[in-house]
Amino acid sequence: MSGKWIPLWLHKLGSPPIFYRFAGKLRPWLLTLALLLGAIGLYGGLVLAPADARQGDGYRIIFIHVPSAWMSLFIYGVMAFAAFLALVWRVKLAEVAAMQSAPIGAAFTLITLVTGSLWGKPMWGTWWTWDARLTSELVLLFIYLGVIGLYHAFEDRRQGARAAAFLALIGVVNVPIVHFSVNWWNTLHQGSTIRLLGPSTIAPGMLWPLLTMMAATKCYYLASLAARMRTDLLDLESGKDWVRKLAVEAAQP
Amino acid sequence: MNPTRKRRLIVVLLIFAASAVAVSLGVFALQRNMNYLFTPSQVQRGEASNYPTFRLGGMVKSGSIQRSNDSLKVTFTVVDADGNMPVEYTGILPDLFRDDQSVIATGHMDHARFVATEVLAKHDETYMPKELKDAMAKAHQGRAMPANADQGESP
Repeated sequence: MSGKWIPLWLHKLGSPPIFYRFAGKLRPWLLTLALLLGAIGLYGGLVLAPADARQGDGYRIIFIHVPSAWMSLFIYGVMAFAAFLALVWRVKLAEVAAMQSAPIGAAFTLITLVTGSLWGKPMWGTWWTWDARLTSELVLLFIYLGVIGLYHAFEDRRQGARAAAFLALIGVVNVPIVHFSVNWWNTLHQGSTIRLLGPSTIAPGMLWPLLTMMAATKCYYLASLAARMRTDLLDLESGKDWVRKLAVEAAQP
Repeated sequence: MNPTRKRRLIVVLLIFAASAVAVSLGVFALQRNMNYLFTPSQVQRGEASNYPTFRLGGMVKSGSIQRSNDSLKVTFTVVDADGNMPVEYTGILPDLFRDDQSVIATGHMDHARFVATEVLAKHDETYMPKELKDAMAKAHQGRAMPANADQGESP
Protein backbone atom coordinates (compact mmCIF):
# COMPACT_ATOMS: atom_id res chain seq x y z
CA MET A 1 0.00 0.00 0.00
CA SER A 2 1.40 3.37 -0.90
CA GLY A 3 -1.56 5.70 -0.35
CA LYS A 4 -0.75 8.37 2.21
CA TRP A 5 -4.43 9.12 2.74
CA ILE A 6 -5.00 5.85 4.58
CA PRO A 7 -4.76 6.40 8.35
CA LEU A 8 -2.07 4.49 10.17
CA TRP A 9 -4.47 2.45 12.32
CA LEU A 10 -6.23 1.14 9.22
CA HIS A 11 -2.85 0.20 7.80
CA LYS A 12 -2.04 -1.69 10.96
CA LEU A 13 -5.43 -3.39 11.03
CA GLY A 14 -4.70 -4.71 7.57
CA SER A 15 -1.89 -6.85 8.90
CA PRO A 16 -3.07 -10.40 9.68
CA PRO A 17 -1.63 -10.79 13.23
CA ILE A 18 -3.06 -7.46 14.40
CA PHE A 19 -6.43 -8.16 12.84
CA TYR A 20 -6.40 -11.64 14.35
CA ARG A 21 -6.05 -10.24 17.85
CA PHE A 22 -8.47 -7.36 17.24
CA ALA A 23 -11.18 -9.65 15.84
CA GLY A 24 -10.68 -12.06 18.74
CA LYS A 25 -11.30 -9.28 21.26
CA LEU A 26 -14.30 -7.91 19.41
CA ARG A 27 -16.08 -11.18 18.67
CA PRO A 28 -17.50 -12.04 22.14
CA TRP A 29 -18.97 -8.54 22.45
CA LEU A 30 -20.56 -8.70 19.02
CA LEU A 31 -21.96 -12.15 19.69
CA THR A 32 -23.39 -11.07 23.06
CA LEU A 33 -24.94 -8.02 21.46
CA ALA A 34 -26.39 -10.15 18.64
CA LEU A 35 -27.97 -12.64 21.07
CA LEU A 36 -29.29 -9.90 23.32
CA LEU A 37 -30.79 -7.84 20.49
CA GLY A 38 -32.10 -11.02 18.86
CA ALA A 39 -33.87 -12.07 22.07
CA ILE A 40 -35.38 -8.59 22.53
CA GLY A 41 -36.38 -8.35 18.87
CA LEU A 42 -37.96 -11.79 18.78
CA TYR A 43 -39.82 -11.24 22.06
CA GLY A 44 -41.03 -7.87 20.77
CA GLY A 45 -42.00 -9.32 17.44
CA LEU A 46 -43.55 -12.61 18.47
CA VAL A 47 -45.16 -11.59 21.76
CA LEU A 48 -45.48 -7.82 22.20
CA ALA A 49 -46.28 -6.69 18.66
CA PRO A 50 -49.99 -6.61 17.83
CA ALA A 51 -51.47 -8.98 15.27
CA ASP A 52 -51.93 -7.61 11.78
CA ALA A 53 -55.43 -6.52 10.82
CA ARG A 54 -55.64 -8.73 7.76
CA GLN A 55 -52.96 -11.39 8.16
CA GLY A 56 -53.47 -12.12 11.84
CA ASP A 57 -50.44 -13.73 13.45
CA GLY A 58 -49.07 -15.06 10.16
CA TYR A 59 -47.31 -11.80 9.40
CA ARG A 60 -44.89 -12.37 12.28
CA ILE A 61 -42.55 -14.20 9.96
CA ILE A 62 -41.42 -10.77 8.71
CA PHE A 63 -39.31 -10.46 11.86
CA ILE A 64 -37.10 -13.19 10.41
CA HIS A 65 -37.76 -12.75 6.71
CA VAL A 66 -37.18 -9.02 6.28
CA PRO A 67 -33.94 -8.72 8.33
CA SER A 68 -32.57 -11.78 6.50
CA ALA A 69 -33.45 -10.26 3.15
CA TRP A 70 -31.72 -7.02 4.09
CA MET A 71 -28.67 -8.96 5.21
CA SER A 72 -28.57 -10.98 1.99
CA LEU A 73 -28.10 -7.72 0.08
CA PHE A 74 -25.95 -5.97 2.69
CA ILE A 75 -23.47 -8.86 2.94
CA TYR A 76 -23.31 -8.98 -0.83
CA GLY A 77 -22.34 -5.32 -0.85
CA VAL A 78 -19.62 -5.90 1.75
CA MET A 79 -18.36 -8.95 -0.13
CA ALA A 80 -18.23 -7.10 -3.45
CA PHE A 81 -16.41 -4.14 -1.92
CA ALA A 82 -13.86 -6.44 -0.29
CA ALA A 83 -13.52 -8.30 -3.59
CA PHE A 84 -12.78 -5.01 -5.31
CA LEU A 85 -10.03 -4.19 -2.80
CA ALA A 86 -8.67 -7.70 -3.19
CA LEU A 87 -8.58 -7.49 -6.98
CA VAL A 88 -6.97 -4.10 -7.38
CA TRP A 89 -4.76 -3.75 -4.31
CA ARG A 90 -4.30 -7.46 -3.52
CA VAL A 91 -5.09 -6.84 0.13
CA LYS A 92 -4.87 -10.27 1.71
CA LEU A 93 -7.31 -9.41 4.46
CA ALA A 94 -9.90 -8.13 1.96
CA GLU A 95 -9.62 -11.41 0.07
CA VAL A 96 -10.29 -13.34 3.27
CA ALA A 97 -13.18 -11.03 4.21
CA ALA A 98 -14.84 -11.45 0.81
CA MET A 99 -14.50 -15.21 0.71
CA GLN A 100 -15.64 -15.68 4.31
CA SER A 101 -18.66 -13.40 3.81
CA ALA A 102 -20.05 -15.55 1.01
CA PRO A 103 -21.29 -18.52 3.09
CA ILE A 104 -22.93 -16.21 5.65
CA GLY A 105 -24.65 -14.27 2.88
CA ALA A 106 -25.77 -17.48 1.22
CA ALA A 107 -27.27 -18.68 4.51
CA PHE A 108 -29.24 -15.44 4.95
CA THR A 109 -30.45 -15.66 1.34
CA LEU A 110 -31.63 -19.22 1.91
CA ILE A 111 -33.46 -18.19 5.10
CA THR A 112 -35.11 -15.37 3.16
CA LEU A 113 -36.31 -17.72 0.43
CA VAL A 114 -37.55 -20.41 2.83
CA THR A 115 -39.40 -18.07 5.20
CA GLY A 116 -40.88 -16.17 2.26
CA SER A 117 -42.12 -19.43 0.82
CA LEU A 118 -43.67 -20.47 4.15
CA TRP A 119 -45.48 -17.13 4.31
CA GLY A 120 -46.45 -17.20 0.67
CA LYS A 121 -48.43 -20.43 0.85
CA PRO A 122 -51.13 -19.25 3.29
CA MET A 123 -51.15 -15.57 2.28
CA TRP A 124 -50.69 -15.59 -1.47
CA GLY A 125 -51.82 -19.16 -2.05
CA THR A 126 -48.56 -20.46 -3.51
CA TRP A 127 -45.15 -21.59 -2.28
CA TRP A 128 -43.33 -20.12 -5.22
CA THR A 129 -44.00 -17.97 -8.25
CA TRP A 130 -41.59 -16.70 -10.89
CA ASP A 131 -42.07 -13.02 -10.25
CA ALA A 132 -39.15 -10.59 -10.52
CA ARG A 133 -38.43 -10.26 -6.79
CA LEU A 134 -38.45 -13.98 -6.05
CA THR A 135 -36.48 -14.86 -9.15
CA SER A 136 -33.79 -12.24 -8.60
CA GLU A 137 -33.39 -13.32 -4.96
CA LEU A 138 -32.95 -16.90 -6.18
CA VAL A 139 -30.33 -15.67 -8.66
CA LEU A 140 -28.60 -13.97 -5.71
CA LEU A 141 -28.40 -17.33 -3.94
CA PHE A 142 -26.91 -18.94 -7.05
CA ILE A 143 -24.30 -16.17 -7.34
CA TYR A 144 -23.31 -16.72 -3.70
CA LEU A 145 -23.05 -20.45 -4.34
CA GLY A 146 -21.06 -19.76 -7.51
CA VAL A 147 -18.60 -17.59 -5.58
CA ILE A 148 -18.15 -20.28 -2.92
CA GLY A 149 -17.79 -23.01 -5.52
CA LEU A 150 -15.35 -21.12 -7.72
CA TYR A 151 -13.20 -20.23 -4.72
CA HIS A 152 -12.84 -23.88 -3.78
CA ALA A 153 -12.33 -25.11 -7.34
CA PHE A 154 -8.72 -23.89 -7.50
CA GLU A 155 -5.71 -25.73 -6.15
CA ASP A 156 -4.08 -22.42 -5.19
CA ARG A 157 -6.42 -20.64 -2.78
CA ARG A 158 -5.26 -17.12 -3.60
CA GLN A 159 -5.82 -17.72 -7.29
CA GLY A 160 -9.25 -19.13 -6.45
CA ALA A 161 -10.02 -16.07 -4.34
CA ARG A 162 -9.15 -13.78 -7.24
CA ALA A 163 -11.38 -15.65 -9.68
CA ALA A 164 -14.25 -15.75 -7.17
CA ALA A 165 -13.75 -12.05 -6.40
CA PHE A 166 -14.31 -11.29 -10.09
CA LEU A 167 -17.56 -13.23 -10.06
CA ALA A 168 -18.63 -11.46 -6.86
CA LEU A 169 -17.93 -8.08 -8.44
CA ILE A 170 -19.83 -8.84 -11.63
CA GLY A 171 -22.75 -10.20 -9.59
CA VAL A 172 -23.22 -6.76 -8.00
CA VAL A 173 -25.48 -5.81 -10.90
CA ASN A 174 -28.06 -8.18 -9.43
CA VAL A 175 -28.27 -6.25 -6.14
CA PRO A 176 -30.18 -3.21 -7.48
CA ILE A 177 -32.34 -5.60 -9.51
CA VAL A 178 -33.39 -7.41 -6.34
CA HIS A 179 -34.05 -4.15 -4.54
CA PHE A 180 -35.95 -2.32 -7.28
CA SER A 181 -37.69 -5.33 -8.85
CA VAL A 182 -40.90 -4.52 -6.99
CA ASN A 183 -40.92 -1.00 -8.46
CA TRP A 184 -39.81 -1.81 -11.99
CA TRP A 185 -42.20 -4.65 -12.68
CA ASN A 186 -45.65 -5.82 -11.71
CA THR A 187 -44.77 -8.41 -9.12
CA LEU A 188 -46.75 -10.55 -6.73
CA HIS A 189 -44.32 -9.50 -4.00
CA GLN A 190 -45.32 -6.29 -2.25
CA GLY A 191 -43.22 -3.13 -2.36
CA SER A 192 -40.94 -1.90 0.40
CA THR A 193 -42.58 -1.26 3.74
CA ILE A 194 -39.64 0.49 5.37
CA ARG A 195 -38.51 3.46 3.35
CA LEU A 196 -35.55 5.66 4.08
CA LEU A 197 -37.20 8.48 2.15
CA GLY A 198 -40.82 9.05 2.97
CA PRO A 199 -43.10 7.41 5.51
CA SER A 200 -42.91 3.70 6.24
CA THR A 201 -46.19 1.82 6.15
CA ILE A 202 -45.97 -0.15 9.35
CA ALA A 203 -47.30 0.48 12.84
CA PRO A 204 -44.63 1.61 15.38
CA GLY A 205 -45.38 -1.41 17.60
CA MET A 206 -44.30 -3.64 14.72
CA LEU A 207 -41.46 -1.42 13.51
CA TRP A 208 -39.21 -1.41 16.56
CA PRO A 209 -38.84 -5.20 16.82
CA LEU A 210 -38.07 -5.26 13.10
CA LEU A 211 -35.31 -2.65 13.48
CA THR A 212 -33.98 -4.47 16.56
CA MET A 213 -33.79 -7.68 14.55
CA MET A 214 -31.98 -5.76 11.82
CA ALA A 215 -29.33 -4.65 14.34
CA ALA A 216 -29.14 -8.21 15.74
CA THR A 217 -28.51 -9.76 12.33
CA LYS A 218 -25.83 -7.14 11.58
CA CYS A 219 -24.03 -7.94 14.86
CA TYR A 220 -24.36 -11.66 14.19
CA TYR A 221 -22.83 -11.21 10.75
CA LEU A 222 -19.85 -9.30 12.14
CA ALA A 223 -19.34 -11.83 14.94
CA SER A 224 -19.56 -14.73 12.53
CA LEU A 225 -17.27 -13.01 10.03
CA ALA A 226 -14.69 -12.32 12.76
CA ALA A 227 -14.63 -15.98 13.76
CA ARG A 228 -14.44 -17.25 10.19
CA MET A 229 -11.70 -14.78 9.23
CA ARG A 230 -9.59 -15.70 12.26
CA THR A 231 -9.72 -19.38 11.42
CA ASP A 232 -9.01 -18.71 7.78
CA LEU A 233 -6.07 -16.41 8.55
CA LEU A 234 -4.43 -19.13 10.65
CA ASP A 235 -4.74 -21.48 7.71
CA LEU A 236 -3.53 -18.93 5.16
CA GLU A 237 -0.52 -17.85 7.23
CA SER A 238 0.25 -21.23 8.74
CA GLY A 239 3.94 -20.98 7.88
CA LYS A 240 4.43 -17.53 9.40
CA ASP A 241 6.13 -16.65 12.64
CA TRP A 242 3.13 -15.13 14.39
CA VAL A 243 1.06 -18.25 13.85
CA ARG A 244 3.88 -20.46 15.11
CA LYS A 245 4.16 -18.28 18.19
CA LEU A 246 0.43 -18.60 18.80
CA ALA A 247 0.61 -22.34 18.40
CA VAL A 248 3.52 -22.60 20.83
CA GLU A 249 1.71 -20.40 23.35
CA ALA A 250 -1.42 -22.51 23.05
CA ALA A 251 0.53 -25.72 23.46
CA GLN A 252 2.10 -24.61 26.74
CA PRO A 253 0.10 -25.72 29.78
CA MET B 1 -0.86 4.60 -7.26
CA ASN B 2 1.69 2.48 -9.03
CA PRO B 3 1.22 1.44 -12.69
CA THR B 4 0.36 -2.19 -11.92
CA ARG B 5 -2.47 -1.24 -9.59
CA LYS B 6 -3.68 1.41 -11.99
CA ARG B 7 -3.82 -1.16 -14.78
CA ARG B 8 -5.66 -3.61 -12.56
CA LEU B 9 -8.11 -0.93 -11.47
CA ILE B 10 -8.87 -0.05 -15.09
CA VAL B 11 -9.31 -3.69 -16.10
CA VAL B 12 -11.62 -4.39 -13.15
CA LEU B 13 -13.69 -1.28 -13.77
CA LEU B 14 -13.97 -2.04 -17.50
CA ILE B 15 -15.14 -5.59 -16.88
CA PHE B 16 -17.61 -4.37 -14.28
CA ALA B 17 -18.96 -1.65 -16.61
CA ALA B 18 -19.26 -4.11 -19.48
CA SER B 19 -21.20 -6.62 -17.41
CA ALA B 20 -23.43 -3.89 -15.98
CA VAL B 21 -24.24 -2.65 -19.49
CA ALA B 22 -24.91 -6.20 -20.69
CA VAL B 23 -27.27 -6.92 -17.83
CA SER B 24 -29.14 -3.62 -18.10
CA LEU B 25 -29.60 -4.14 -21.85
CA GLY B 26 -30.96 -7.58 -21.05
CA VAL B 27 -33.29 -6.18 -18.43
CA PHE B 28 -34.57 -3.46 -20.74
CA ALA B 29 -35.10 -6.01 -23.50
CA LEU B 30 -37.06 -8.17 -21.10
CA GLN B 31 -39.08 -5.21 -19.86
CA ARG B 32 -41.76 -5.74 -22.48
CA ASN B 33 -42.04 -9.47 -21.84
CA MET B 34 -41.61 -9.31 -18.10
CA ASN B 35 -45.18 -8.29 -17.41
CA TYR B 36 -46.20 -10.58 -14.66
CA LEU B 37 -49.85 -9.78 -15.20
CA PHE B 38 -52.46 -7.99 -17.31
CA THR B 39 -55.12 -5.73 -15.86
CA PRO B 40 -58.78 -6.10 -16.90
CA SER B 41 -58.63 -2.97 -19.04
CA GLN B 42 -55.51 -4.24 -20.81
CA VAL B 43 -57.31 -7.51 -21.51
CA GLN B 44 -60.34 -5.66 -22.84
CA ARG B 45 -58.09 -3.68 -25.16
CA GLY B 46 -56.89 -7.04 -26.50
CA GLU B 47 -53.30 -6.78 -25.25
CA ALA B 48 -53.41 -10.31 -23.86
CA SER B 49 -54.96 -11.88 -26.95
CA ASN B 50 -51.63 -13.44 -28.02
CA TYR B 51 -51.45 -15.51 -24.86
CA PRO B 52 -53.47 -18.71 -24.51
CA THR B 53 -53.03 -18.47 -20.74
CA PHE B 54 -52.01 -15.38 -18.81
CA ARG B 55 -52.27 -13.74 -15.39
CA LEU B 56 -55.04 -11.31 -14.64
CA GLY B 57 -54.45 -8.82 -11.83
CA GLY B 58 -56.75 -6.36 -10.11
CA MET B 59 -59.06 -5.79 -7.18
CA VAL B 60 -61.95 -8.04 -6.25
CA LYS B 61 -65.08 -5.94 -6.78
CA SER B 62 -66.85 -5.42 -3.48
CA GLY B 63 -69.88 -7.67 -3.14
CA SER B 64 -69.16 -9.62 -6.32
CA ILE B 65 -68.02 -12.86 -4.67
CA GLN B 66 -70.52 -15.66 -5.15
CA ARG B 67 -69.82 -19.12 -3.81
CA SER B 68 -71.57 -22.20 -5.09
CA ASN B 69 -73.54 -24.20 -2.51
CA ASP B 70 -72.52 -27.68 -3.63
CA SER B 71 -68.95 -27.25 -4.91
CA LEU B 72 -65.80 -25.15 -4.50
CA LYS B 73 -66.78 -23.03 -7.47
CA VAL B 74 -66.49 -19.29 -6.90
CA THR B 75 -67.29 -16.43 -9.23
CA PHE B 76 -66.21 -12.86 -8.71
CA THR B 77 -65.36 -9.74 -10.69
CA VAL B 78 -61.86 -8.32 -10.95
CA VAL B 79 -61.72 -4.58 -11.59
CA ASP B 80 -59.07 -1.96 -12.21
CA ALA B 81 -59.40 1.79 -12.79
CA ASP B 82 -61.47 1.44 -15.94
CA GLY B 83 -62.17 -2.19 -16.68
CA ASN B 84 -63.79 -5.23 -15.17
CA MET B 85 -63.66 -8.92 -15.84
CA PRO B 86 -65.82 -11.74 -14.50
CA VAL B 87 -63.72 -14.62 -13.15
CA GLU B 88 -64.65 -18.20 -12.42
CA TYR B 89 -62.53 -20.43 -10.18
CA THR B 90 -62.88 -23.84 -8.60
CA GLY B 91 -60.65 -24.56 -5.63
CA ILE B 92 -59.39 -23.26 -2.30
CA LEU B 93 -58.77 -19.53 -2.07
CA PRO B 94 -55.89 -17.99 -0.07
CA ASP B 95 -56.48 -16.47 3.39
CA LEU B 96 -56.24 -12.90 2.18
CA PHE B 97 -58.92 -13.32 -0.48
CA ARG B 98 -61.84 -10.99 0.21
CA ASP B 99 -63.66 -7.93 -1.13
CA ASP B 100 -61.38 -5.11 -2.32
CA GLN B 101 -58.34 -7.38 -2.17
CA SER B 102 -55.69 -7.32 -4.89
CA VAL B 103 -55.61 -10.71 -6.55
CA ILE B 104 -53.71 -12.34 -9.38
CA ALA B 105 -55.52 -15.09 -11.26
CA THR B 106 -53.85 -17.44 -13.75
CA GLY B 107 -56.05 -18.89 -16.45
CA HIS B 108 -57.53 -18.37 -19.88
CA MET B 109 -60.38 -16.51 -21.54
CA ASP B 110 -63.59 -18.38 -22.20
CA HIS B 111 -65.59 -15.93 -24.33
CA ALA B 112 -66.01 -12.86 -22.12
CA ARG B 113 -65.25 -14.74 -18.92
CA PHE B 114 -61.86 -15.53 -17.38
CA VAL B 115 -61.53 -19.11 -16.14
CA ALA B 116 -58.83 -19.25 -13.47
CA THR B 117 -56.78 -22.30 -12.57
CA GLU B 118 -54.99 -20.50 -9.72
CA VAL B 119 -55.90 -17.46 -7.66
CA LEU B 120 -53.22 -15.66 -5.63
CA ALA B 121 -53.83 -12.80 -3.22
CA LYS B 122 -51.35 -9.94 -3.41
CA HIS B 123 -50.48 -8.44 -0.10
CA ASP B 124 -49.69 -4.74 0.07
CA GLU B 125 -46.83 -3.22 2.05
CA THR B 126 -49.01 -1.96 4.90
CA TYR B 127 -48.83 -3.61 8.31
CA MET B 128 -51.08 -2.39 11.08
CA PRO B 129 -52.85 -3.80 14.11
CA LYS B 130 -56.57 -4.46 13.98
CA GLU B 131 -57.38 -1.72 16.53
CA LEU B 132 -55.72 0.91 14.37
CA LYS B 133 -57.50 -0.28 11.27
CA ASP B 134 -60.87 -0.17 13.06
CA ALA B 135 -60.10 3.31 14.34
CA MET B 136 -59.20 4.40 10.83
CA ALA B 137 -62.38 2.95 9.41
CA LYS B 138 -64.39 4.77 12.06
CA ALA B 139 -62.58 8.01 11.35
CA HIS B 140 -63.24 7.54 7.69
CA GLN B 141 -66.97 7.14 8.27
CA GLY B 142 -67.43 9.82 10.91
CA ARG B 143 -64.53 12.03 9.80
CA ALA B 144 -64.09 12.74 13.48
CA MET B 145 -60.45 11.73 13.85
CA PRO B 146 -57.69 14.14 12.88
CA ALA B 147 -56.42 13.74 9.34
CA ASN B 148 -53.00 12.49 10.39
CA ALA B 149 -54.54 9.40 12.01
CA ASP B 150 -54.76 8.03 8.51
CA GLN B 151 -51.00 7.94 8.10
CA GLY B 152 -50.24 7.60 11.79
CA GLU B 153 -48.58 4.19 11.51
CA SER B 154 -45.03 5.43 11.41
CA PRO B 155 -42.75 8.08 12.83
